[in-house]
Amino acid sequence: MIYVVITFLWTAILLYILLGGADFGAGIIELFTSEKNKDRTRKTMYEAIGPIWEANHMWLIIAVVILFVGFPKIYTTVSIYLHIPLVGMLLGIIARGTAFVFRNYDAVEDDMQKVYTPIFVYSSLITPFFLGIIAASAVSGRIDPQANDFLSAFVFSWLNWFSVAVGIFTVSICGFLATIFIIGQTREESDRLHFIRKARRTIFIVMFCGALVFLAAYFEQIPLFSWIFGDTPGLIAIIAASISLVVMFFVLDKDKPILLRLLAGFQVTMILFAATYSHFPDILLLKDGENLSLLTHQGQVKTIDSLGYALLIGSIFILPALVYLIYIFQKKKEVPVDH
Amino acid sequence: MDDFLAARLQMAFSLGFHIVFACIGMVMPFFMSLAHFYWLKTKKTVFRDVTKAWSAGVAIFFATGAVSGTVLSFELGLLWPKFMEHAGPIFGMPFSLEGTAFFIEAIALGFYLYGWNKLNPWFHWATGVVVGISGLLSGILVVAANAWMNSPAGFDYIDGKYLNIDPVKAMFNEAWFSQSLHMTVAAFVSTGFAVAGVHALMILKGKNVAFHSTAFKIAAIFATVAACLQPISGDISAKDVAKRQPAKLAAMEAHFHTERNAPLIIGGIPDTARKTVDYAIRIPGLLSFMTTGDFNGEVKGLDSIPKEDQPPVAVTHYAFQIMVGLGMAMVGLALLYFLALWKKGNWLKSSWLLKLFVLATPMGFIALEAGWTVTEVGRQPWIIHGVMRTADAVTPMPGIAYSFYLFTGVYISLAVIVILLLYRQITMVGKIYDSSSKVPKS
Ligand code: HDD
Ligand code: HEM
Ligand code: HEM
Repeated sequence: MIYVVITFLWTAILLYILLGGADFGAGIIELFTSEKNKDRTRKTMYEAIGPIWEANHMWLIIAVVILFVGFPKIYTTVSIYLHIPLVGMLLGIIARGTAFVFRNYDAVEDDMQKVYTPIFVYSSLITPFFLGIIAASAVSGRIDPQANDFLSAFVFSWLNWFSVAVGIFTVSICGFLATIFIIGQTREESDRLHFIRKARRTIFIVMFCGALVFLAAYFEQIPLFSWIFGDTPGLIAIIAASISLVVMFFVLDKDKPILLRLLAGFQVTMILFAATYSHFPDILLLKDGENLSLLTHQGQVKTIDSLGYALLIGSIFILPALVYLIYIFQKKKEVPVDH
Repeated sequence: MDDFLAARLQMAFSLGFHIVFACIGMVMPFFMSLAHFYWLKTKKTVFRDVTKAWSAGVAIFFATGAVSGTVLSFELGLLWPKFMEHAGPIFGMPFSLEGTAFFIEAIALGFYLYGWNKLNPWFHWATGVVVGISGLLSGILVVAANAWMNSPAGFDYIDGKYLNIDPVKAMFNEAWFSQSLHMTVAAFVSTGFAVAGVHALMILKGKNVAFHSTAFKIAAIFATVAACLQPISGDISAKDVAKRQPAKLAAMEAHFHTERNAPLIIGGIPDTARKTVDYAIRIPGLLSFMTTGDFNGEVKGLDSIPKEDQPPVAVTHYAFQIMVGLGMAMVGLALLYFLALWKKGNWLKSSWLLKLFVLATPMGFIALEAGWTVTEVGRQPWIIHGVMRTADAVTPMPGIAYSFYLFTGVYISLAVIVILLLYRQITMVGKIYDSSSKVPKS
């Protein structure tokens, strides 16, 4: 049962990155879009994301619940030592969620929109940035339960070049996912070409940010290189991701939106796989070399069993409904949003 | 401000904020679905208009509720890591089931909000009902988790270790039923009176009267029926508390001395040092009767509880008085409304009844917050009753006061924005929703 639970945890994180990431990305691209294209970008994104928006951040909640029920020690260690970036992420989530609703449900269209939009856009940037920091800090070995001053216990646990670089990388991934997603959503040829150009640019940005991560890892003496290229499955995943990136470049301007999305999803999946595989089952590396592992720091058998059953039963209800939801709204996208 | 106090206040603020949105998110879908049902049955456009206006409200509250809930799931760890480390695996069952319920709710809401003119009308309607049912389920589940903190079950506590964990037993602890029942009814009371009050105000102002009268009727019926059930459920809760948490009951009643034929103390100012309640009304024997069913039954007072295990008396007592007082006031209004419906038809058209409803707009929510204060403060100094103290659960991270100021600021601005947004929705009713006063949009 423990493997069922771990699979759910990993999948929830992956889906949050993919679906939530595309959603955050929408705000990020808006930030880097010229004034005249902003409205289009926003409308196209909203039509695509609106119906599944509420469901998107459920993945994060599922992951959190799995952690605190099944792996309480890991959840509490993260909560204590990464308190500050967690608060940063939460503020981003609050600001973004509310700005999203207000942008779309304000009955009066007036200058208030000028207030919501920047909040939405900047919080789209902050949230994945801190998410990346948190993920990187978990494995960068800087969390120090023995620390007895504030800075080394609660600040240097996450503030280093590696974590910051991963934060930036996460932001770029979100932008990448959103541009690829949006290509299939456009209706006019001029829009499509516009976003294809954008997608090309974001791919380069992602590659650049990826290189930054390796550089920062080298600088911070984190053996990222040997983690990823050290074992075969990780290596294969990275090679597969690179090949699919090349393929993507070739099909970018062919009219194949579904294939593009699959490729983008595949690349992110492979990156996450490579990043987590090398550590499995450890997910928290501490400074004193003691690692918290999903296998040794799990809850008691009965807890894990009931958690596993709850997740399995839940997914029987959820997955078909979610697939149907996405299907319905992808099929008929011509109808305007109605209050 | 010390970190412990800041953490408690931050938790209380976050929950107090979340609970408002959660209640509305649980109850509004039912109002909306009922209006929707009438629209499908009668094809009177006013019902469709009300449905659409309410569904915009549901969307706003759902998203804010979801965001504040997400924050809560992190805050439990950010503020109370030592609690979560032990409690998580035990009371996690309702939370993991709740995840499913939320998910279904979110998916159903996606269908509902974006499904106008796209789905089969009855399927569309049914998704609205599913939103309501899954919201209600998630409310019940999360309260079962809170009930576990009041009446821990499903593990053995031996030498500081939590052994033989049974998550299912933990979920069906002794308090889950009385608390969930009371909470569910409270959600209907508070949302019902709030919604009815707002529409009553608009009727009094003479704006879109047909629209607001329809909305008022639906909300008022739910609110008044629930208001009459609330004291019954409250009585079940009180008997339950007397059994499992005598210290909480004693604090609620400001009952300092163990005695038979104990009086019910209404109002008054408790003085913990002198162990008396000044200026209170006392009804002899009633407390004994209410908790034990016998006017001569013994009721434990605070003196039977060690000093270090006593909850704060004044806050608990005042909060309890506020809840019960407002509850009774709402029962009174409900009875007037029933009388009007049954015999005195002309009351329904007179403005004083509507004015009373306007007055009652915030009452339900005030009672709700007061009730949670009773439950949570009355449990102190324990975070898990009789097992773990709140002070031992708090995070070692210093500077929580700043986090408290930060989140308080965020919540206050959120509340202001939501109120503004609702205000704008309401002022736009004539333009967007009420098709009798405009050229139809769709
Ligand atoms: C609209 C709101 C509302 C109203 C009118 C009432 N209550 Fe209440 N009460 C709540 C809303 C609430 C609540 C916020 O929902 C609580 C907090 C925890 C819970 O389960 O329900 C609560 C808790 C609560 C408790 C503590 C339960 C526990 O700790 O397990 C008792 C004994 C009562 N109530 C009793 C009453 C009585 C005798 C009422 C008579 C009119 C009453 N309540 C009206
Ligand atoms: C599942 C539901 C809930 C859980 C798990 C929970 C948990 C907690 C925790 C961990 C604390 C901090 C420790 C303490 O002071 O006791 C707390 C405090 C508090 N909570 Fe709850 N709570 C729940 C529901 C609620 C709700 C819905 C409210 C609504 C208003 C609420 C109101 C409060 C208040 C007022 C305090 C502060 C008490 C004090 O500091 O004296 N709680 N709760
Ligand atoms: C410690 C306590 C609590 C936690 C951790 C918590 C967690 C959450 C989370 C994560 C969500 C977002 C779900 C989504 O995205 O759809 C949420 C929403 C919700 N919560 Fe809470 N919650 C707590 C207390 C409560 C209480 C006491 C109630 C009710 C009685 C409640 C009822 C709801 C409801 C009905 C929603 C759905 C949102 C809506 O419909 O507006 N929660 N909660």
